Amino acid sequence: MVIAVASGKGGTGKTTVAVNLARVLGDVQLLDCDVEEPNAHLFLKPELTEKTPARVMVPEINEEKCTYCGKCAEVCAFNALAVIPPKAGLKGGVLVFPNLCHSCGACFLLCPEGAVREVHREIGAVEAGWAGAIRFVHGRLHVGEAMSPPLIRQVKKHIDRTRTTLIDAPPGTSCPVINALEGSDYCLLVTEPTPFGLNDLILAVEVLRVMGIPHGLVINRCDIGDDGVESYARDNGIPVLMRIPFDRTIAELYSRGLNIVDHSEGYANPFRALFKDIANHAEANRHHQRQGRHG
Amino acid sequence: MLKQIVIISGKGGTGKTVFTASLAALASRKVMVDCDVDAADLHLLLNPRIVETHEFRGGKTARIDPALCIGCGKCAELCRFDATEEGVDAFSVDPLACEGCGLCARICPVDAVVMEEHLSGEWYRSETAYGPFVHAKLGIAQENSGKLVACIREAAKTIARSLDLDYVIIDGPPGIGCPVLASLTDTDLAVIVTEPSLSGIHDARRVIELARHFRIPAGIVINKWDINPEQSRNIEELCSEGVSLLGRIPFSKQVAASLIKARPYVETVQDDVAAAIRAVWEKIDSEPAGKDRRPS
Repeated sequence: MVIAVASGKGGTGKTTVAVNLARVLGDVQLLDCDVEEPNAHLFLKPELTEKTPARVMVPEINEEKCTYCGKCAEVCAFNALAVIPPKAGLKGGVLVFPNLCHSCGACFLLCPEGAVREVHREIGAVEAGWAGAIRFVHGRLHVGEAMSPPLIRQVKKHIDRTRTTLIDAPPGTSCPVINALEGSDYCLLVTEPTPFGLNDLILAVEVLRVMGIPHGLVINRCDIGDDGVESYARDNGIPVLMRIPFDRTIAELYSRGLNIVDHSEGYANPFRALFKDIANHAEANRHHQRQGRHG
Repeated sequence: MLKQIVIISGKGGTGKTVFTASLAALASRKVMVDCDVDAADLHLLLNPRIVETHEFRGGKTARIDPALCIGCGKCAELCRFDATEEGVDAFSVDPLACEGCGLCARICPVDAVVMEEHLSGEWYRSETAYGPFVHAKLGIAQENSGKLVACIREAAKTIARSLDLDYVIIDGPPGIGCPVLASLTDTDLAVIVTEPSLSGIHDARRVIELARHFRIPAGIVINKWDINPEQSRNIEELCSEGVSLLGRIPFSKQVAASLIKARPYVETVQDDVAAAIRAVWEKIDSEPAGKDRRPS
């Protein structure tokens, strides 16, 4: 089962929930897909023994074959190529903007002269290892790189379907989040009971509905704000699976990179119960879908 | 001279928007912009009255006409994003996976693929009690947030020039990827709001590196500094050439509670948090234009 932990709004406690779930379950995989700002390793402290560069393909022009016809620039939907035609005895040129390239291969496949070849460009790294029985994988996007989805997809290649997999997703609701959540059996949305938390939760729920992923809530710092999130959940039939009250001790443990289930009594059982609830909901949903299909 | 100031953090939830909304109340002669277009919250504190709504069309998505598709599978073979799926008699496109590159439309032997432009979001020019405000809403599960950010920044700059304003103040998104790059580029100062946790420091380091990469002067604000004074000292040590310390804001449970009032924090509560935010703004406002202290 693949369980994603996401939020819409940043800093609501995604990583805290993912890491503490992993700690109480032990024998799981944890994939940190927040490749722009990966943090789960700070709490699990895995021994990262494997490191593979994450690469994307970008075009390289063979100027000997190139006739400066402009086809590559014409077919590139992302403006990653510009062709300067030869003029008044001056040689032409092709400019490649690798940062804009989505690696679709259109220029390479459609160049009539076979003058485009694809070369690797490193955008980050995938690092993997173990934290006790927890299999840990994360991606680190190089600073200055724009596109995280290809790296997120490379991290997710490590999903082992025979084990429970937890995905720590990035904040927001756009492409990096979609790529992190895609293929999950269940999504836990971690939110906080404030107008900001609610606004971003509604956006995240809309994304999950479009993607057809069953979901439930964890309300973190549940006693700091108003009841907007609770009534939204009630009105929309979204189960609240856990409520974590504000506790300065938790904030301090977090600031030091320590896990609540290891250092504060009384949290291990709620996290175990949370996992059971997720498993039940995901199973009920699968059953429901099967019935729907047959009925 | 017009100064553009962006508030970023790397890590989410460090207090960017609460801080930025207070700048709306403190700074005069400015336009506010919310560049966190896929989870925008600043409007919740500024109560905008929308003056103009603009459609944002950021990209295209492929659609296969099942009546024309001969099921040859060429599109599926060449699509790098696994966005085409084989159906009973025709292939179809998963719009969530499609990146809009248009390769399938170009190689389909029977021209069964059409590239359709779609509405990717909306952006708004608004008026608030604090002056003009430009904000946006990216459509659900849409891409091209970087393009939308660039679009609303341009609109804000136009407003600033026509009204001869002093500042464009930008609430940025979390992370370091595409929409952050679009928010940061060509600004005069990046205000990095961080918190004294291991994650806060880890992420702040990466945004500082990013600001350096683009040669943009950075100033650090340590929010909730007293949650861990030792980590706060570690953050102060990140300051160096081109990276200054703008101030420290204490933790208060009042901050979360104040959000319900739907107004900038400095207008609702007069406490040491509000005083610290004021001090940071006075420091930013009194310093010479960022470009003069651009790191070499």
